[in-house]
Amino acid sequence: MNTASCELIEALRTPKSLSVWPLAKWDLLLRQARHADLLPRLAWLLRETDIWSGLPEFARFHLESAEVLADKQRHALTWELAEIARALADLPGPVILLKGAAYFAMQLPPHHGRLFGDIDLLVPHSQLGLAEAALMLAGWEGEHHSAYDQRYYRQWMHEIPPMRHIKRLSVIDLHHAILPLSARIKSNPAPLFENARPLTSFENLFVLAPADMLLHSATHLFTEGEYNHGLRDLVDLDSLIRHFSIDPAFWTELEQRAKVLNLGRPLYYALRYCQAVLNTPIPAGVAQQNATALVPLMDGLFGRALAPEHASCADGLSGLARWLLYVRGHWLRMPLHLLLPHLFHKAFLAEREEADKDKQKN
Amino acid sequence: MTTPRLPPPFPADCLLELGPFRVHVQADLPEVRTGLGLLYDRCCLVTGDFADYHVRLASPRGRRWVRPQAQFYFDGHTPFKPLPREQAYAMLEWGLNWTVAAHAHRYLMLHAAVLERHGFALVMPAPPGSGKSTLTAALSYHGWRLFSDEIALIDRRDGTLHPMPRPVSLKNASIEVIRDFLPGCTLGPIARDTAKGTVCHLKPHADSYLRMKQTAPPRWIAFPRWVEGAAATLTPVPRAQAFMRLAEQGFNYSLLGASGFETLADMTASCEIYDFQYGDLSEALSLFERHFTP
Repeated sequence: MNTASCELIEALRTPKSLSVWPLAKWDLLLRQARHADLLPRLAWLLRETDIWSGLPEFARFHLESAEVLADKQRHALTWELAEIARALADLPGPVILLKGAAYFAMQLPPHHGRLFGDIDLLVPHSQLGLAEAALMLAGWEGEHHSAYDQRYYRQWMHEIPPMRHIKRLSVIDLHHAILPLSARIKSNPAPLFENARPLTSFENLFVLAPADMLLHSATHLFTEGEYNHGLRDLVDLDSLIRHFSIDPAFWTELEQRAKVLNLGRPLYYALRYCQAVLNTPIPAGVAQQNATALVPLMDGLFGRALAPEHASCADGLSGLARWLLYVRGHWLRMPLHLLLPHLFHKAFLAEREEADKDKQKN
Repeated sequence: MTTPRLPPPFPADCLLELGPFRVHVQADLPEVRTGLGLLYDRCCLVTGDFADYHVRLASPRGRRWVRPQAQFYFDGHTPFKPLPREQAYAMLEWGLNWTVAAHAHRYLMLHAAVLERHGFALVMPAPPGSGKSTLTAALSYHGWRLFSDEIALIDRRDGTLHPMPRPVSLKNASIEVIRDFLPGCTLGPIARDTAKGTVCHLKPHADSYLRMKQTAPPRWIAFPRWVEGAAATLTPVPRAQAFMRLAEQGFNYSLLGASGFETLADMTASCEIYDFQYGDLSEALSLFERHFTP
C-alpha cells in the first residue's frame, strides 16, 4: 500500500522513534498532522512517551498550540451534550451519541487529543419528528432550506438535514439509521437500540454497545465518499479496537453483531486497513469471509485516501483515488436511477437555486 | 536628482524569520517578490530545514490572464476566497496575520499595535478607524521600536511581549499623512478598492528588524482615538474597564479559557492604562516622549 513513506503514519505507529528525527522530517510531520486534524492527537501520544521534553522547541510550540484548540472543544462539547440531554429529556429514547461525542462522553481512548466536528445523534425513526421539534425549541435550526435538499434527506438519507444552534453555532446531525434508506447495503437499526448502553455522565443519553460502536464507525468510514478525515477516523478505529479487544470475548461478539447488522464488509475493510496502516493487533481470520475480489483495487484506493491530505503524501494517482471513492460513496448510497438525477441536480441546478435565493434576499 | 535604487526583490521561494516565527513564503507573482524586497529587511532571509508555517501567494488556476486574481495558500489549503490581482501583496500580509492569529496559541494574541522604548512595551489596542496604524507608523520612526502593528503576542508563560516586525498597514487618508510626516520612508504597492479601502504598507525602521528577538515586558496600555482638531490628552482608564476592552480585542482570548484570563489580568495589573485622544501627530509624539518614561 502507498502509505509507508508518510511521516505522520510512521509517527502514529512508533511515536518513540521521533526522538531522533531530523528537523526536516518534523516539518513534514507537523504539516501532515495539521491537515489530517491529528496534531493534538499526536501531542497526546508524545506526552504518553518519555521523549516530550527532548522534542525540538518548534515542534512543542505547534503541538501545544493544537492542544489549546482541543481543550477548548472538550469544554464546549461538555456543555453541548448537557444541553442536548436537557432538550431531549422527554423523549422515550434511547437517544444515542455516535462517534466522537460517544468516545468523549465515555472517555474512551480515541477521545484523547481528538478534535470534534458535528455532534452525531441516533434516535428511533418513530421519534425523529419529536427529536427534531425538541432540538428546534432548544435553538437548533435546520440548515438546508431548499425543497430539493429537504426531500433528498428525508426520503433517502439516514439523517435529517444538519441543525445549527442559532447562538452557539454547534451542529447536530440527527440520524435514525446508520446507512441511507436507499443504500445498497441494508442494515436494520433495531438491534442497535436494543443493545444501547446508558451513560452515567449525561442522563438520558446512550451509547452503542462496544461491538456496535466499532461497526458503526467502520461503516461510516468505509461507505463514505469523502476522506479528508480518513486517517483521523482510522485512528479512532485503531484506538477502539485496542481498547475493546482487552476483553477476549470481543472478537466473537464483533463477528456475531456484524452478521446481525449485515455490516461484514465494512468491518473487513476496517480491520484490514487498521492493520495495514497502523499495525493494529488483530487475530488471524477475523471477518475474513467478508473479503471480495475487489480488495487489490480497494488497497490502491484506500491506501491513498487514508493518507493525510497533504502534497507530501500524494502521488500521481491520489486525486483519482479520492475521486473514485467519492463516486463509490454515492454509488453505495443510492441506486443509479436515483443517483444520476441527484448528481445532475447538484451539478447544474443547486447553484442556480442558491443564486436565486440570494437575489430574493437582496 | 537621482532616484534612489530600489532594493532587489526577494527570491520566489524564501524562508523569512519574523520574530519567533519562521515562515516559508512562496511568492509566484513578481509584484509580491518586489513588495517583500521593498518592505522587509534582508536580515529576515534565513536558511534552514523547517518552517513554522508554509504560505504561498499565486494566481489561482484559470485566473492568470482573464480578470486575473491572487490567492493565498496555507500549506496548500485556501482559507480565503481569491482577490483581484492588484491586491496580491496586501493579501499576503493579511494571510500572514491570519496564519499567526489562527495558530500560535502559546501567545495570548490581541488586535493591537505594540511598540517598545527604554526596554518596556506600550500596547495600543483599537478597533479599525481609530488611527492606531498612523500613530504607530509615526512613533516607530521617532524613538519607539515597532513590535507589531496588528498582533500583540503576549507569552502566556511569563507575560512578555514578543516582536514580530512586519510592514505597517496604512489605509486611505493615512497613506498621504504618513508620506508627508515621514519623508523618505518606504511604501509598498498600493491596493485600491479592497474591503478596507485603499491599502499601502510602510517599511518598519531597520532597528525593528535587527532587534526582532529582543522581547519586553508590558508597561503601558493606551487606547488611541484620532479626533479632528483635538488636543493630545491621556485619560487614565480603570483597570476592570480596560480588561474588558482588551478582551474584546482578543484573537484567541476566548479559546484560551482560564489561562488567557490570567495572562490578561496580569498585564492589566502591571500597566499604566490610558485613553489617548489626539488630532495632531507631532503633538502626540511629544506627549508620548514626555509621558512614557520609566
